[in-house]
Amino acid sequence: MTRPLLEISRLGVEVPIHDRRIPIVEDLSLMISAGEVLALVGESGCGKSMTALAIMRLVPKPLRIASGSEITFDGRPLLELSVPEMRAMRGDSISMIFQDPMSSLNPVRTVGDQVTEVIALHDHRVSRAEARKRTIALFERTGIPEPAARYDAYPHQLSGGLKQRVMIAMALIMQPRLLIADEPTTALDVTVQAQILELLRELQREFQTAILLITHDLGVVNELADRVAVMYGGRIAEEAERVDLLTTSRHPYTKGLLASIPHVDRRHADLTEIPGVVPVPGEGPMGCRFATRCPIAFAPCQDERPPAVDLGSNHCAWCHAVAKEVAAS
Amino acid sequence: MLAYLVRRISYGALTVLGVLFLLFILFFAITNPDDIARKALGEKAGPDVIAQWKTNHGYDRPLLFNNRTGVSGLAHLTDTLLFEHYRRMLTFDFGRSDADDAPIAQRILEGAGPSLSLTVPLFVLGLIVGVTLALFVAFFRETYIDWIVLVGCMLAMSVAILLYIIGGQYLIGMQLKWFPISGYDPNPAVVARFLALPVLVGVVSGFGADTRFYRTVFVEETGKDYVRTARAKGCGEIRVMVRHVLRNALIPILTNIVMAIPFLFTGALLLESFFGIPGLGSLTVEAIQGNDFSTLRTMVYIGALAFIIGQILTDISYTVADPRIRLS
Amino acid sequence: MVGYIISNIAVVALLIGFVVVARAIRSSRMWSDAARNLWRRRPFAIVFVGVFVVIALLDSVAWISAPAAMAGVGDQVAASKPRSIIDRLFAPETFRETSYSAPLADLGFYDKQRLSYPGAHLLGTDILGNDVLYRTFKGVRVALLIGGLTSLIVIPIALAFGISAGYFGGRIDDGVFFVMTVLASVPSLLLLIALIMVLGTGTLQVCVALGVTSWVSFCRITRGETLKIREAEYIQSAKALGVSDWRIIQRHVLPNLIHLVVITFALLFTGLVLSETILSYLGVGVQGSWGQMIDQARDELSRTPVIWWNIAGASVALFTLVLCVNLIADALRDITDPRTRREQS
Repeated sequence: MTRPLLEISRLGVEVPIHDRRIPIVEDLSLMISAGEVLALVGESGCGKSMTALAIMRLVPKPLRIASGSEITFDGRPLLELSVPEMRAMRGDSISMIFQDPMSSLNPVRTVGDQVTEVIALHDHRVSRAEARKRTIALFERTGIPEPAARYDAYPHQLSGGLKQRVMIAMALIMQPRLLIADEPTTALDVTVQAQILELLRELQREFQTAILLITHDLGVVNELADRVAVMYGGRIAEEAERVDLLTTSRHPYTKGLLASIPHVDRRHADLTEIPGVVPVPGEGPMGCRFATRCPIAFAPCQDERPPAVDLGSNHCAWCHAVAKEVAAS
Repeated sequence: MLAYLVRRISYGALTVLGVLFLLFILFFAITNPDDIARKALGEKAGPDVIAQWKTNHGYDRPLLFNNRTGVSGLAHLTDTLLFEHYRRMLTFDFGRSDADDAPIAQRILEGAGPSLSLTVPLFVLGLIVGVTLALFVAFFRETYIDWIVLVGCMLAMSVAILLYIIGGQYLIGMQLKWFPISGYDPNPAVVARFLALPVLVGVVSGFGADTRFYRTVFVEETGKDYVRTARAKGCGEIRVMVRHVLRNALIPILTNIVMAIPFLFTGALLLESFFGIPGLGSLTVEAIQGNDFSTLRTMVYIGALAFIIGQILTDISYTVADPRIRLS
Repeated sequence: MVGYIISNIAVVALLIGFVVVARAIRSSRMWSDAARNLWRRRPFAIVFVGVFVVIALLDSVAWISAPAAMAGVGDQVAASKPRSIIDRLFAPETFRETSYSAPLADLGFYDKQRLSYPGAHLLGTDILGNDVLYRTFKGVRVALLIGGLTSLIVIPIALAFGISAGYFGGRIDDGVFFVMTVLASVPSLLLLIALIMVLGTGTLQVCVALGVTSWVSFCRITRGETLKIREAEYIQSAKALGVSDWRIIQRHVLPNLIHLVVITFALLFTGLVLSETILSYLGVGVQGSWGQMIDQARDELSRTPVIWWNIAGASVALFTLVLCVNLIADALRDITDPRTRREQS
């Protein structure tokens, strides 16, 4: 089997408060192969953004990556690289786009300038004229109308959708092997969302970029993902191929999520919800994070970490109940 | 853009008229011209001498409305203190000092040179020190260096400027004898020696508050999303500071600079007076100590004018610095 | 003469006011948390300021002694005036020398004669023989009066104008904004001096003059904040529900401005006290202030040997007060900043 492009092993992100260490992300392991789209799904506060920032080593102080974490990209151990070496990877081999394009772009510089900066940072041989040409070409490719004129525009002069296209161009200009997209469509109108997702799909195929797609929207997952990982309370709950997850999920949390999607054809029915609230990091059950809200929780769930249960064909669930079922069958 | 300029300048002109009105109330309505005359001529001066003095200095007209015999038509309004006050101030016809009859405009022209030779280096140096120190500290935020500098600024801010002046004169002028305690010689070869101490005192007394403010601006900008994007692109911390944060931080810093402009006029008041620099500040202090209302009135007017012009300039500079304003 | 009676009443009013405020803070969760937080961060600053306040209060409670009790005192004119607790503690009519003496000295500075109270003057005596520590203590009340009284006048006026301008907008806003702009255009020091030259140099006049020149900056902040608050959705919904403007201001706008008020009070305070030193230099300061002591001490420094205790006493007291208030204001700003508040919970 070919080596995966990105391999995360036992990643932890914690914040030291007083004399405790509160885990935001705990014992997380993931794998992305070259050219694959992995969706990381979960509600707000489950730690998915932190996971993304950890890969880029941009975790904001006072949070930090826990010792014992390992992230390997293309064979290189990211967490052991020196700061200049890591900087060289950002924007070049691994890129990231963020949720709110308005605040994510520098308001006092032109958008074209901000994109060519990426080229200037990573490839000194490219002349300014050449960099400008490449940027405009990529603008065109990302669907920005009148790309040459838009090069000299400022962020506030562009619509949300256009700004996000600029962000995508900025992230892909050096043709990175991995793109991390943190909620790329959440801040956009629904119609624009569809366009951006379409764009990402095309570009992904054309450049053969792997994408780590962070989202809370299962609709987005359905549009883009090859595989899906569901996060809850800082840990992975279930991981599977897209179709498997959407049709034959086994973890009670995933099932709850899927059940809570309103159906157009189910009229006059109450919306199903998962009772309770997401646990605050550091509080709540430390065995299985979902124990207090789970309809089928039993003895070991509160205090014992659920084991990884292999369900075949890349499908894995972390759940005591599922483990019991599998052992019984 | 042009419409904005016109509106802005008109509002400035309106403000000038308002300031003149305020000055009129202060110096003519509340103060009694007879008292001013007596202060200049002495308590024992007779009523004729006082009346003559008042006529010479333009205090002999009624305040707002003139209905004396022989006055008709428009002169009812124009032959009044109010009108004269406006007319003269707006045409820069400043008249003579109440204390010694010298022409005020002349004194102002003579004093402008020495004043500027003090305030301009002070302003530029203070700005450079403040911004550089703040950038440095923002880069090292949340470390010991940050803490030490902040504490230093806090201590520096809490000392009254009077104490800096006295202390500076005592320590550096008297004890160390590096620079003269006071005095001024416009000869370009030696003028720097006389300006060194006042400029030093001025910078030291002001850098504390400035640095803290600039630092806050820089640190706030550093926390913004576009800085995160810049890092995700591969920018190093220094590049982030200089090519991204600085430009954005300039905008609030510009406001602070404009607020410094009137200080250049009055803070220099103390420095000039203590260090014997014959500029506009000394002129004002002499006017205060000599109860010279007409000079004081003029100096206040000029100070206000300088401030209003400075504000207009700053508003215009915003449109240059911030593309969001320029292009909307 | 009536002055000291007013002063006594004011002290009682202040003490009552202090108790009222303390109870209000105790009853509000947010404010008692903030107070506890502040105490945790800046205990020394608070203690020092507390000491200053106590000294000022002691100096504000005064009464006239019965003539019989003062019969033995040499200076009868002074003895028949109202004397405060600080005055009685120090008894300046008797506890004095003829002229300069160094701190804790036994002999006079220039005449080398044995002092009346050898080794008793902690900070020495000034040119008239007054105990410098006594003068420093007297300066506390002046400083707190300048800073505190003026702030107490300025803040309600600036609040009233700022809220009206920000909340009601339109012509009221235009008018208030114009007045603010005009006042702000005049260099404040010059305006201050002009006002004092016109009004006179009594303590009240100086406070009024200081008030006129300092209300603008706070008014501008208030107006800006009110504008922001006015656009908030909960205000819109209150209006839609038919709540009267006055009630909205009272229940929604004012509470959101209080943290600004507290911080502004502290900053205004130090600015005013420092401004007074400049006024003293120019000869228009308040009687008995530290600024005057510093001003009088200027030529003392140029003598040899140097006479330093006069300026030292005043400077240290001034610096300590200003530094402590600055520190408290800084800590308050951190505590009441909505961003840090969220993180701490």
